[in-house]
Amino acid sequence: MGVGTFFTSKLDEALGWARKYSIFQYPFVTACCGMEYMATACSHYDIDRFGAGLPRFSPRQADVLFVVGTISHKMAPVLKRIYDQMTEPKWVVAFGVCTCTGGFYDNYATVQGIDTIIPVDIYIPGCPPRPESVIDGLMKLQDKIAAQAQRY
Amino acid sequence: MEILAELQRRFGDAIVETHDRGDLTAIVARDAILTVLGHCRDDVALAFDVLMDLTAVDYLRYPGREDGPRYEVVYHLYSIAHNHRLRLKVRLDEDDATVPTAVALWPIANWLEREVWDMFGVRFEGHPDPRRLLMYEEFVGHPLRKDYPINRRQPLIGPAS
Amino acid sequence: MAETARQEFMLGEGGGTGGGPQNLHVGVGPAHPAMHGIIRILTELDGEVIVNADVEIGYLHRAFEKDCEQGSWNNAIPYTDRLNYVSPLINNFGYASVVEKLLGIDVTERCKYIRVIMSEISRISDHLTCVGASAMELGAFTVFLYMIKAREFLWELIEDVTGARLTISYGRVGGVKADLPEGFAERTRKAFKDTREVLDEVHRLLTGNRIFMDRMVGVGALSREETIGYAITGPLLRAVGVAYDVRRAQPYDAYDRVEFEIPTRKDGDNYARYLVRMAEMEQSMRIVEQALAAIPGGPINVDFEGRPIDPATYVDQGKQGKTEGLLLLPITLSPNLQGQQRAALDRVNVGDKRVVLPPKETAYGSIEGLMNHFMLIMEGYGIRPPMGEAYFPVEGANGELGFYVVSDGTDRPYRVRCRPPCLPPVAALPRMIAGEMIADLVPTFGSVNMIGGELDR
Repeated sequence: MGVGTFFTSKLDEALGWARKYSIFQYPFVTACCGMEYMATACSHYDIDRFGAGLPRFSPRQADVLFVVGTISHKMAPVLKRIYDQMTEPKWVVAFGVCTCTGGFYDNYATVQGIDTIIPVDIYIPGCPPRPESVIDGLMKLQDKIAAQAQRY
Repeated sequence: MEILAELQRRFGDAIVETHDRGDLTAIVARDAILTVLGHCRDDVALAFDVLMDLTAVDYLRYPGREDGPRYEVVYHLYSIAHNHRLRLKVRLDEDDATVPTAVALWPIANWLEREVWDMFGVRFEGHPDPRRLLMYEEFVGHPLRKDYPINRRQPLIGPAS
Repeated sequence: MAETARQEFMLGEGGGTGGGPQNLHVGVGPAHPAMHGIIRILTELDGEVIVNADVEIGYLHRAFEKDCEQGSWNNAIPYTDRLNYVSPLINNFGYASVVEKLLGIDVTERCKYIRVIMSEISRISDHLTCVGASAMELGAFTVFLYMIKAREFLWELIEDVTGARLTISYGRVGGVKADLPEGFAERTRKAFKDTREVLDEVHRLLTGNRIFMDRMVGVGALSREETIGYAITGPLLRAVGVAYDVRRAQPYDAYDRVEFEIPTRKDGDNYARYLVRMAEMEQSMRIVEQALAAIPGGPINVDFEGRPIDPATYVDQGKQGKTEGLLLLPITLSPNLQGQQRAALDRVNVGDKRVVLPPKETAYGSIEGLMNHFMLIMEGYGIRPPMGEAYFPVEGANGELGFYVVSDGTDRPYRVRCRPPCLPPVAALPRMIAGEMIADLVPTFGSVNMIGGELDR
């Protein structure tokens, strides 16, 4: 190993650094949280500062899936399909408490947390989360992206 | 109040009951509902041109009405010209929960009746498109009925709880 | 439905080999880039022209009506926030008003004005979002950024009053959660000045813009008869020339004491809807300014010369050692804090112990107050309207927002029905887009202002 290990880890770091600042997100906006998502994406809070300013509305071009808002059982297959269509590497952010646990919608129509359907990397609770906590969640995701083993 | 008196005069026994507690309300016999709705829309003095809302109530657990007719279909009418409102109700038994459709009178009745079918299982006779509106086709039962438990989930994918 | 879905992307409906032109079926949504909101539109295309369309909704159905039946009457208020989540304050007040109608109570004068002010601020933020988002979908991204900026000014005001930006739960049966904070009027005037500048800029960018008008004028039009037949209210009805507005037709709260115009247009197309919304924002600001001038009851915290004191300033002065005379000032907490004194609470809530929670001062200070608090909170107690039913309409941002409630005399609603103002236009969407190009779907859908929470409940 020796030299090889040294070399690989450095490349990993460089790739992680590059990846964390070039987040192409797919905002899967369904409900109220979308309003806070808009607020976060616009000039006041400006997530472009974190390299995540450009939403791609096609799962094939995106690497972070923002699930923004309540997912109902009717919507669940759609979400799963979009997740499957995304190419690796991909990450998922559960935006808002409905996506984390179902929130206060404990009823026949609502999925009790999207992690019952797809894997989730970062949970941002709040109903809806304030833009500050969204940015905090985004930074945590960046740390995760930078620190993990990179596949290339 | 004149509206209710006028309806009673014209339709007699078809108007089962009227009251004016907050809103003008008339309970109409099921067979006459289309005629009454049509008259309300077309009569110049009434001119209820907007079907503001169409919904239903399940009276299964309502004190004093456990044995009576289970459902009530509720029509809220509004007249732009005269700026007045009227509520019409039809009572339905559990084993014969069917009402004639009002799609011919107002196109919006199409979706509102689909929603009532979806949520309560009340059938609208002659409806051109009797599908569910909000839930998915695979869903079994009618969630707003009082005997449907609120967290009985029927997921399409994923675990049931 | 499943059958229809399978036809998607298949050429034609018939055998396929037979001669003659065939129509293409394209499904748009539920997750589509040009649509804010989840809805599925199945279109049948002849070339680029939409021959037929079918709309499927329900992707955001989260059992609002069933959830409301589970808790007490006031517990439904957070659920109403999430109906039309762009203007939640109007939903709060609409629901509170219908329960008040059932109980036969009349809220205080100051509360009525507060409801008017907060409703109108909410309406402006709704229209800003609608116009901004539909402009963005036509490529005018700048407008979107500007309008969200303006919305942020208003949300700061809302946060100031309610403590939250979006899901505010500010209404209560019998009043509102808390009084307006000190200095609210000045901050509102400042925010409106900034908002007016933004609206001016947007007018310069859009109204009369060639590209924008080409996409909007004459597109998505609906006749007056069909609009009424589909029970469409609000800006879409006013865009066909019917001046129906619940605030004028059946005035509630303090709307009969403020002057405003009902903007109408004749054409009923997307451009007319855009103009109506833009004009309504100006009218809403006018209403708020009048209401702020007329609202009864001045500041609660005043010094001996009658000047209002901000509690925060009081604390700051004390910390800086400037204590001269401070001890004698009748200073209290900000009227906006929830654990407030009786004086602040009484001005915005009716004096009815069956309905309104006692102020914290009383709840913690006397046994009667504590009992009153428990009687309203405990399971099986709480607000108990008499048996019966009531319908109460308010003017939501998208049209008539009505609540129909049935009470069985217990502390829980027996049935809560919301008449969603944006369901009728979505039901009429196939009629609006039939015969137009598929690209016209985008501005038409934008002008309908579909809000999932309200549409699917």
